[in-house]
Amino acid sequence: MAAPALATQDAFEEFLERERTKDLLRFTTAGSVDDGKSTLIGRLLYDSRNVYEDQLESVTKASLGRNAGVIDFSLLTDGLRAEREQGITIDVAHRYFSTPRRKFIIADTPGHEQYTRNMVTGASTASLAIVLVDARKGLLPQSRRHAYIAALLGLRHLVVAVNKMDLVGYDAAVFRQIEEDFRAFLREFPSIHPYFIPVSALCGDNVVARSSNMPWFEGLSLLDYLEQVPVAGRTHAAAFRFPVQRVVRPDRDFRGYAGTVASGRVRVGDAITVFPSCKRTTVTAIITFNGNPKEAQAGEAITLALSDDLDITRGDLIASAANSPTTASSIRATLVWLDEAPAELNRRYRLKHMARQEWTELKAIDYRININTLARESAPALEMNGIGAVRLEAARPLTFDPYAQHRTTGSFVLIDPVTNATVAAGLVQGPAEESSFARPSLRTANAINWQIQNGALVISTTRPGGFSARNGNSSGSAITDEGTLQTFHALLEKLGVSLF
Amino acid sequence: MTALSHLRQLEAESIHIFREVAAECQKPVLLYSIGKDSSVLLRLAQKAFYPGPIPFPLLHIDTGYKFREMIEFRDRYTAELGLKLIVHTNHAALNGGANPFAWGIQRCCGALKTTALLDGLRAGGFDAAIGGARRDEERSRAKERVFSFRNERGQWDPRNQRPELWNIFNTHIRPGESLRVFPLSNWTELDVWQYIHAENIPVVPLYFAKLRPMLVRGDTLLPLEQPFIPRLPGEQTQLVKCRMRSLGCSPCTGAIRSDADTVPRIIEELIGMRRSERQNRVIDHDQDGSMEIKKQEGYF
Ligand SMILES: Nc1nc2c(ncn2[C@@H]2O[C@H](COP(=O)(O)OP(=O)(O)O)[C@@H](O)[C@H]2O)c(=O)[nH]1
Ligand SMILES: [Mg+2]
Repeated sequence: MAAPALATQDAFEEFLERERTKDLLRFTTAGSVDDGKSTLIGRLLYDSRNVYEDQLESVTKASLGRNAGVIDFSLLTDGLRAEREQGITIDVAHRYFSTPRRKFIIADTPGHEQYTRNMVTGASTASLAIVLVDARKGLLPQSRRHAYIAALLGLRHLVVAVNKMDLVGYDAAVFRQIEEDFRAFLREFPSIHPYFIPVSALCGDNVVARSSNMPWFEGLSLLDYLEQVPVAGRTHAAAFRFPVQRVVRPDRDFRGYAGTVASGRVRVGDAITVFPSCKRTTVTAIITFNGNPKEAQAGEAITLALSDDLDITRGDLIASAANSPTTASSIRATLVWLDEAPAELNRRYRLKHMARQEWTELKAIDYRININTLARESAPALEMNGIGAVRLEAARPLTFDPYAQHRTTGSFVLIDPVTNATVAAGLVQGPAEESSFARPSLRTANAINWQIQNGALVISTTRPGGFSARNGNSSGSAITDEGTLQTFHALLEKLGVSLF
Repeated sequence: MTALSHLRQLEAESIHIFREVAAECQKPVLLYSIGKDSSVLLRLAQKAFYPGPIPFPLLHIDTGYKFREMIEFRDRYTAELGLKLIVHTNHAALNGGANPFAWGIQRCCGALKTTALLDGLRAGGFDAAIGGARRDEERSRAKERVFSFRNERGQWDPRNQRPELWNIFNTHIRPGESLRVFPLSNWTELDVWQYIHAENIPVVPLYFAKLRPMLVRGDTLLPLEQPFIPRLPGEQTQLVKCRMRSLGCSPCTGAIRSDADTVPRIIEELIGMRRSERQNRVIDHDQDGSMEIKKQEGYF
């Protein structure tokens, strides 16, 4: 590890203080097999002095066995025996390194068949992706896929590393052509901020330090860029969201709600709403082991105490009263299918969304995305590595924000109830109906209330804005018994509420 | 407000993991191994459940060959925190003469660690075992999930792991199957020491340098706590200023020469360090990929 010269005790204290306040960047890698992802990461670790001697010795030994004369940096990340034997990466591997400015967490993902599944997994926690392009091959269809997946998963920053520049004589024209081509199709993904850099992972050019082999390149080295790219996410500015993980009741006098602030901030005295019940109350205390702060922000794990004794359970979502999320049982979502057994229509899956688990049924596959052309295709089924737009119906309402606006409240996974496998990654798009309110189902009994008031049938929901409808004759004429059911159906129709 | 520091982010993520286990698993247990990672794990568990108590017991797999100072620390610290501690030992193997010299390191570890762990978990009926392993410790650990699935025999299948996305964890298992849960997955050795420093967390005194009697064999400093450690002809212990970088069984854990007698000095030493943490753990040296093999058999 980079050892700063710590001449005096003061300097060391200062150093410790800086270390305590440094931030964290998570990134993932993408590229086809053999583009050099593992080598690039190995190089980044090695040149930033985050590799220990004995680790290096053990991979140097192995490299000799595999006929290479130089150190094979990919062996630093390819940790399983089968990987070292076959020279491939099997599964997402996590790597850690730090510089005086930042701590980095890398998800190194393999580029072979299971590639979509792995890249989606790696990207789900990352805020930046490094996409590798082999300088000799130029842009390939998969480069487009990588950009698509990065954009889909909400990554803002994309580093396009044009690798193996040593094999094209460090030619500026090769790099510029690839950059131009890549920029052309990035126009489809306006949310992405790209950074282009020519590198040789094997030789270390432009990885940690700027390379004298490419004086024509004037940008930052890869590491310098990673150190200065902004990390403070959107989550800080967003509205307050707090998924309730546990109800804390150590004794009769105390009742609190433990969870992690998913976005925004909360202060003592804030008005909040609990979803899906829509009950309102205020925050009386923020409790932590280290004391009770007046305020907490996105990312902090805290316990909230509220002024009213409400019926709040694990899986509820506490949100700012002013800016509320959507509640619906029927949702539109993008699914990335992760399992060998394809998605089955009308089959029940467990849906885990924040701390909530609900039974859900896959109602429709509206279309599948062709990952190479990005065209929408009709699809009878969704297979492993497939990405599709679907509709799901949950047994009880879910409270969410669209994934594009909120990573935590907009993401879920599907679990197969028989095999217990995690079969899909889900990104919420919105409620299944065009109206801003969802189409709730009568099975979700607590979402719909109906009563007879002055002889008129009134149906209402407990969702935000609580819409209601009464039968046309609100002047008070009684509903006859025979007529009730018919009126009821007519009103449901009007509200867009389905019976099932 | 600025972004949370890396330590605060790691802390919050670990707390989230602890709360998920407590909410979703039937009968979790915290595997307490007395080292620095376990000390951090305990502090994070306290924070996760505060103002309530830690809602599960601690399980220590005692091989019988842990350092005396570790056992003293364990008993004092867990009593101080008011935690329920279960100690499980493979007495049959110990009575049968298990030690790393008589049985060889692999067989000894298999009996006193792996078998003892699986038996201890079964005896308690635990469906989730929370441990302090970190992904940066060893190459095969880098592939491990935070919620790592184990079959009925406690085995890990690295090629068939559940994908883990965002911070959503799948805790579903069938009877007999279990989960290993690693709240410190994303921490590094340096993070752990920085956190110990920032939070003033007690650790076993063996981590701090002082003069200790050691057998000096080349680069290796071997503590002499057990009578069965064979001495070379005429070999005597010497007083060496040294400390333990990681703690395990005394016959298989080498010390490192060091002057670091405070946490800041340990951090300073670590930053200049050129060898990884596990190199003084004799056990990993048997064969290439030995940790992966042990884990497939059910080791932590
Ligand atoms: N000449 C040259 N070879 C490279 C470079 N980067 C990677 N390689 C080689 O390309 C092969 C594949 O690299 P690897 O890192 O395993 O690719 P991955 O499949 O993307 O992880 C290995 O033989 C590397 O040594 C580079 O910059 N220049
Ligand atoms: Mg690779």
